[in-house]
Amino acid sequence: MTQTDTRVGSASAGPAPGPARPFWTSRRRDQLTGFVFIAPQLLGSVVFVILPLILVFWYSLHEWNVLAGTFDFVGTENYQGLADDPNLGAVLRATGLFSIGLVVFNLGLALLLAVLLNQRLRGTIVFRTLFFSPVVVSLVAWTIVWGFLLQDNGGINGLLDTIGVDGPNWLRGEGTAMVSVIVVQVFKNVGLNMVLFLAALQGVPADLYEAAEVDGASRMRQFWRITVPLISPTILLTSIITVVGSLQVFAQIAVLTQGGPGTSTTVLVYYLYQQAFQFHHFGYGATLSILLFVIVLALTVLQWQMRKRWVFHES
Amino acid sequence: MRAGKALRGVAVALTGALALTACGGGGEAADSGPAKLRMTVWSANEAHLKLFNEIADEYRKSHPDVAEIKFDPLPFDTYTTTLTTQIAGGNAPDLAWVFENSAPDFVASGALLPLDDTLKKAEGYQYEDISPATLKLWQNDGKLYAYPFSTSPFGVFVNTDMVKKAGQKTPAELIAAGQWTWDNALTTAAATAANSGKAGLVIRDFDYKGWDNLSTFWTGWGAQAWSEDGKTCGFNSPEMVEAMTALHEATFTQKALPGPGTTADFFAGDSAMTITQISRASLLKDGGFGWDLVPLPAGPKGDYAVVGQAGLGVMKKSPHAKQAADFLAFFTNPTNSAKLAQFFPAPRQSQLTAETLAKTNPKLKPEQLQKVVIDGITNGVVKPNHSGQAELSQQVRAGLDPLWQPNADVKAVLDGVCAKIQPLLAK
Repeated sequence: MTQTDTRVGSASAGPAPGPARPFWTSRRRDQLTGFVFIAPQLLGSVVFVILPLILVFWYSLHEWNVLAGTFDFVGTENYQGLADDPNLGAVLRATGLFSIGLVVFNLGLALLLAVLLNQRLRGTIVFRTLFFSPVVVSLVAWTIVWGFLLQDNGGINGLLDTIGVDGPNWLRGEGTAMVSVIVVQVFKNVGLNMVLFLAALQGVPADLYEAAEVDGASRMRQFWRITVPLISPTILLTSIITVVGSLQVFAQIAVLTQGGPGTSTTVLVYYLYQQAFQFHHFGYGATLSILLFVIVLALTVLQWQMRKRWVFHES
Repeated sequence: MRAGKALRGVAVALTGALALTACGGGGEAADSGPAKLRMTVWSANEAHLKLFNEIADEYRKSHPDVAEIKFDPLPFDTYTTTLTTQIAGGNAPDLAWVFENSAPDFVASGALLPLDDTLKKAEGYQYEDISPATLKLWQNDGKLYAYPFSTSPFGVFVNTDMVKKAGQKTPAELIAAGQWTWDNALTTAAATAANSGKAGLVIRDFDYKGWDNLSTFWTGWGAQAWSEDGKTCGFNSPEMVEAMTALHEATFTQKALPGPGTTADFFAGDSAMTITQISRASLLKDGGFGWDLVPLPAGPKGDYAVVGQAGLGVMKKSPHAKQAADFLAFFTNPTNSAKLAQFFPAPRQSQLTAETLAKTNPKLKPEQLQKVVIDGITNGVVKPNHSGQAELSQQVRAGLDPLWQPNADVKAVLDGVCAKIQPLLAK
């Protein structure tokens, strides 16, 4: 019906004079209907994503003193400030370390758990639930409890003490603080990636393994030659989610270390928060968020491009 | 055709909604009709809020132009950040409490309304009664930008039960013998900690991060975070090196202070002593344990006192700034100042007597009030404060972190702190 109406509309769109056509042609009605359907989503995206993005860029070109109420255009001064910032190197290093640690540990552990829980054994459902449950726990509550456990006289060291090990002061040592933050974050979210991997594993046809077994392939060879290629789209998805998520880490740092000791756990988002909301350098804070945006965009594009090399198939 | 009309209606409604969204927020409240005032505070204590509301209700009885006065408690830890975010978001309060460490930023920024004229003209205000020493931090170019509603000295709360059980002389006994020095205080703390298995002395709110609370310690050595004019770093001065060396030894060798990453709450009975402000006396539970409040021990440079301050200011951009300033004058007049003094030591000289303070501080003895509160307010050094304090504070915290290791090189760490903050101080 719609198609017929459209054709009629197109046929009469010639230059020949005729009776005045109604404004609401069926084509326009269809277009408007479409817009009305996507309007809520569009409105949300414009108000909460696109507009703030434009505004953040606009703020990054200004020196904004909240207390004095001044908002002065400074051009690219804040961007030049990025190059002169003595802390930025350490911040980017901490961000990189956190991201690499998180991605490797999270994806490795999630895949291992998924493979183990994919077996037809008693009690796997209990373990699946156990590993997934932290995902639904409030992030701040989870982090606060870990904060207590990681104290010098906290639960972890108490446990180590029972086996005669003198545990370090986890959140106060430069190396151990970063490891602690990564581990807390991995245990929080590993369940989500585990479930995604599990779903992918269950989609791998069993006859491929049977054929491989007949051909005499070892379990390890089967894993690398059958499992990994067939779940590669899921590996791509989880790695993008985890990389982007790792660059957005904030609450764990704010609760556990406040960026310390020194600047060893001051990741980019936490530094951005300090500059904008604690030091009142809103313009420079906006510049840092543009930097974060560029990094996230570049990494995502890179991963997307690299999929051609290592994603076996895309459904 | 009917469908077309309906769609047109939807389109108009959507356009309207978009227009409303675009126009919403950002606009300031119209300055017409009775004013609704909002004051941000960092205390959510019910007793505090009850008193504030009583004063506000009384004010509104004689001021029909003020329809509502709301006290808005913001979280203590993130108070200044939340307040500045509200200001940035166009949702500034009409009145706000300001911490002493952000006083220079607020006072110099022009964000606050000068209060001199309003306060001096207010009936029965007795402006000259306010101790000039308490006003210094809140003035700029001779004008007062916030009223120091709380000038709270630091003292040492002591769990006398725990100290006696360890066979140590109580601080009161040491004071009587003229031996209340840091050396003896730390020895007592270490011995009590060893005996009880709990913590010795806790510098409250320090937690190896809130370093400005250490001024309650290093001032005894005559050390300062930076020079009086705020231009020169004081962290690597000989006095500071000596003070920090003493603190480091007390923590890692003597074990008089709990080490980093260990929590101990004095008021829950976890430590023998704690350094904190007098206003924390409200945390003591009746029938908990025997306690005392004594002045800070004498350092190598003799007796000293440190005070924390809090100011109350009116936001200049408030559409009801005039009414807000008028309410501030009422809130802090002699009568209400005396009421507030039960929680927040007042800056009025006439109210700084042990007798007056005793009426509203039932938990403290007149002698404690005289020695800790009155002498403290009169002679106290204010905690470190500087313009751009948040950034400075962060740099000092990061710079001091290597000090909190058992084998730290104190002088090298403190030189490092100065290397970090000197460029900021020189700005």
